[in-house]
Amino acid sequence: MRIFDPHIHMTSRTTDDYEAMAAAGIEVIVEPAFWLGQPRTSIGSFVDYFDGLIGWERFRAEQFGIWHHCTMGLNPKEANDEPLAREVLALLPRYLAKDRVVAVGEIGFDSMTPAEERAFVAQLELAIEHDLPVLVHTPHRDKVAGTRRSIELVLASGIAPERVVIDHNNELTFEDVRASGCWCGFTIYPDTKMDEHRLVRIVAEHGLDKMIVNSAADWGRSDPLKVPKTVEAMRAADFSEADIERLVWDNPIAFFGQSGRLELVDDAAAPDPSSTFAGNSILRGAREG
Amino acid sequence: MTPLAHDELAAALDARLDPAARAWLAAARHETTTEVDAIATIFPAVGRHVGRGTLDPAAERGDVHAWTLDDAARTLLLVALGARAAPELAPLYRHGDAAERRGVLRALAYLQVEDGVGLPLIDDALRTNDVRLIAAALGPFALGRLDDAALAQAVLKCVFVGVPLGGLAGIEARVTPELCAMLARFVHERIAAGRSVPADVWPLIDRHPPTTELAAIEAELTNPVGERRQAAEAALAARAHRS
Repeated sequence: MRIFDPHIHMTSRTTDDYEAMAAAGIEVIVEPAFWLGQPRTSIGSFVDYFDGLIGWERFRAEQFGIWHHCTMGLNPKEANDEPLAREVLALLPRYLAKDRVVAVGEIGFDSMTPAEERAFVAQLELAIEHDLPVLVHTPHRDKVAGTRRSIELVLASGIAPERVVIDHNNELTFEDVRASGCWCGFTIYPDTKMDEHRLVRIVAEHGLDKMIVNSAADWGRSDPLKVPKTVEAMRAADFSEADIERLVWDNPIAFFGQSGRLELVDDAAAPDPSSTFAGNSILRGAREG
Repeated sequence: MTPLAHDELAAALDARLDPAARAWLAAARHETTTEVDAIATIFPAVGRHVGRGTLDPAAERGDVHAWTLDDAARTLLLVALGARAAPELAPLYRHGDAAERRGVLRALAYLQVEDGVGLPLIDDALRTNDVRLIAAALGPFALGRLDDAALAQAVLKCVFVGVPLGGLAGIEARVTPELCAMLARFVHERIAAGRSVPADVWPLIDRHPPTTELAAIEAELTNPVGERRQAAEAALAARAHRS
């Protein structure tokens, strides 16, 4: 089973994790730009972090045969430091032009402040300008209200809702997200946000359309193998292999493929290795001119 | 491999581009030469439009010394900037991903660049562990300017990270007795660990054969530890096979 983890903060993980992920079948990942567990105090820290996402982390992943992509954005927590936030927003266009930057994100709400909302709206505009999809983080606190306000801002921005994934859903938020036309992300954690068995109950009842699952795996208590573990939970619940692959491979490719910047691993079984999926390179690192 | 002259590079790239890529490159050249700052967002997008395959269709995939289509296109874009290129190099490198950085490094030999601008970029690339950057850094610009000590460290780095030494054009003229001794000590360390030795160190070591270090390597042939003996036999067989 080929697995795509569409939201995983590898900067916080060890090489042992990469090794275990590769052994578990994870071939493609997306690492969203987020905060680092403590606030940054200068623009230089953002520059170095963004450089790491397109440089060292990508290189590190390739040593394990994992194809690394990222999203670029100003996260909601740090949007509240407005002088610094303005500098980050001015820096972003340079990084949104990079190869394998497949969305603007994570943007959204943390405490639902006016500053967070201003950064959210500004970055929805950047996504339209740079023709990129959007990854929206939903808040831990007051989640239902935060999710609904996020949907309102997305719809008001003019971006097509199918180019937006709203992430970290739970039983009380996902139906609003699906009704909006946005994609619906689920983060599978050892506890808190969602676990694989609860996820199985949701998809058994509501289907797989525009649903994606991720591990988020960051600096907190988390597990970079939660997507493979979701695969096992779905097998135990008698989902077909095709349905499981749809959730953990086809769906994230369909969503992030809208960027035209996915580069997927070689697939020796592909009938035509030079073929592309919606402008995305299938052949590793080498599209013939 | 000998680097191509600018016009040869342009012709080689042109022969490999399809009409859409050729048109994109012409438009990109126009935009970057007429609009200030356009290079900052066009430079990262080059690979998506001209492709990332090797410039030489016969080059082996994975050959870190082989130029790619995007390397060539980035070099030509920078050359087209003329005198405006030099001040763009540091920010393009600073904010670039590995492919963009490789493009800047490859372009250095084709531009009028002061050492104070170009050498810090070479130094940065040589500090990484990315074989593509290290290979691109060690082009004609670096080989003509790095001092003996810095070049010796760079060659040893190549051996450690697996950049084939045969691809470093012009390295023979820069080999010093000290570099030969350093490489031979590296060979000895590898043998003492029972590990294999890349065969491409020998042409360099044998330019000034270091007597003491070679004697220490040969002494490993009678070491009581089997793995050390075997590693010494294999390494010295590769040396003999070459000569």
